[in-house]
Amino acid sequence: MSSKPPMRMREKVLLRVASRVFIPLILLFALYVQFHGDFGPGGGFQAGVIFAAGFVLFGLIFGLETLQQVVPWSIVERSVALGLLIFGGVGVACLLRGGRFLDYGVLDHHSSMHGQHLGILIIELGVGLTVAATMLAIFYAMAGRERT
Amino acid sequence: MSEHLSALIVVLPLLAAPVCLLLRHTAMVRAWTSIVAWACMIMAWTLLERVQTGGAISYSMGGWDPPLGIEYRLDALNAYLLVIVTTIAAVVFPSGTILTGTALPEGKRHLYFAALLLCLAGLLGISSTGDLFNVFVFVEITSLSSYTLISLGKDRRALTAAFSYLVMGTIGGTFLLLGIGFLYQVTGTLNMQDLALRLPELLESRTVLAGFAFLMVGGSIKLAVFPLHQWLPNAYTQAPPAVSAFIAATATKVSYYLLARVIFTIFGAAFVFDALHLHWLMLPMALAAMFAGSFAAVFQTDLKRLLAYSSIAQIGYMVLGLSMASEAGLTGGIVHLFNHALMKGGLFLAVASVVMRTGSSSVNAISGLGRKMPITMAAMVIGGLSLIGVPGTAGFVSKWYLVVGALEHGWYSVAVLILLSSLIAVVYVWRLVEIAFFGEATHDVCEVPWNSWLPTWILIGGTLVFGLWTDVTVGGASSAARALLGGTP
Repeated sequence: MSSKPPMRMREKVLLRVASRVFIPLILLFALYVQFHGDFGPGGGFQAGVIFAAGFVLFGLIFGLETLQQVVPWSIVERSVALGLLIFGGVGVACLLRGGRFLDYGVLDHHSSMHGQHLGILIIELGVGLTVAATMLAIFYAMAGRERT
Repeated sequence: MSEHLSALIVVLPLLAAPVCLLLRHTAMVRAWTSIVAWACMIMAWTLLERVQTGGAISYSMGGWDPPLGIEYRLDALNAYLLVIVTTIAAVVFPSGTILTGTALPEGKRHLYFAALLLCLAGLLGISSTGDLFNVFVFVEITSLSSYTLISLGKDRRALTAAFSYLVMGTIGGTFLLLGIGFLYQVTGTLNMQDLALRLPELLESRTVLAGFAFLMVGGSIKLAVFPLHQWLPNAYTQAPPAVSAFIAATATKVSYYLLARVIFTIFGAAFVFDALHLHWLMLPMALAAMFAGSFAAVFQTDLKRLLAYSSIAQIGYMVLGLSMASEAGLTGGIVHLFNHALMKGGLFLAVASVVMRTGSSSVNAISGLGRKMPITMAAMVIGGLSLIGVPGTAGFVSKWYLVVGALEHGWYSVAVLILLSSLIAVVYVWRLVEIAFFGEATHDVCEVPWNSWLPTWILIGGTLVFGLWTDVTVGGASSAARALLGGTP
């Protein structure tokens, strides 16, 4: 950074303590939104954004370098790809089990209800992963711009 | 598995793109991209064969039946388009010039191939889906990946070119979305077949008219119809040459398909041409594009920009076929999709070879190269002849059908103008020939390796083959034209 602020954010006790309390809660709430998405409002997209927001808050308080030690760029890039592959993989799995593309009903032999449930759960997991990783990638790209 | 082909042809490149990010190694990603493109091409030819023998193929995504679910519907026109797009991809992606003129450092190149695959997936998606909102999603996938690809050109001006394309492309995409929204508001359906059933009673509605107008203008921006073509020359000039080859040969074709689908399948030729008289708007625009594009091409000093302006003229010919709304005219327009994809793809790949050896795409760079790089330059000359429409090349076939279509309508002046505009093409092609074969050699270079000239020659050879043997191209195009005019395919 070119101009050093008088006091960095990680040196402010209030911010540090508050974020330590909030970050686990934010991540927990993201997981709740993620896995409760098929019963109430929410789902992979919202959960991914909330999950990434936890990391962005960490990055704001403790600095980009510390965040990139926790979640390196290579993991972010791979997670973007992996989430999409999980989504598509469910579709292909449906094809292999004799259904149409993304026809989750065939994922469970016994009841198509359970199959639908399982399918949407895994799909939302893929969405959540990709969205969270993409949010972080955008944050890295914008926050790291001056340093290149 | 074979009944899922119409879904797999889109899903395969879409899922192959993230695999590039996991593979990372440039040589491996390169091989992977080529394999995927080839697999898609095999699927497309299989689908075309199946559509031509067994009629339209419908596939419901996720087991939700249309019109509620998303339907993938392939008829003679879509399948023909899939063949164009995948064949070009299968030739361009393995080319030795694919990385020529890109600004990417080693270690980031896998992202370039991922973007290429996403672009391919988007184009195939637009072509195969029967759901109007799904079209918009794939239009966005295609556009976003092509903005990325264009911005990767070596020159820093590639960034501004990509940005202005982004602005225009977003306006076009927004117009498409507005049009789709209006139609959905009135009819409550997004399925194209269902829309075609419900719209005839609602054509008086102003919302439907506005929706139609938005769809037309949005599609025309994406197609770069004169006078909405301003983004195209810069984008094609600044993009890496292999990207120009791929996008010039496929993206405009898919936009053309979208316009044809909206006009003929969704709204019906009777409404568009008999009630709205759209041809009196499209015809002058097409003629203006033919002349303005060709005239501008004559004065260009950059090979890629010259080819880009020539593309605008060629888009004019295609739109001309659309505005005739007769079987001969549409056949001419649709067969020109295929033929123009071959010649423009081949020409841009030839330019890619020139850039590979000389590092420049200016017209002066090819000075005297006729002796130094005979294989590439011969390809460029034949591609140029095809642009003019010399008999024996593919360009002649499409212009023949367009002239026949014009004469059928009694538009004699239009037929004359088609021939006149071809004469302008003679000027800019001859200029290239003169510089390449009679100019002083300024660069001491040798011919490009075989994996660079072979893709060029596959496409240019195609223009010669399909100039004489027209069973597949004209046969496919005329059955596509009949499917469009016959209402329900």
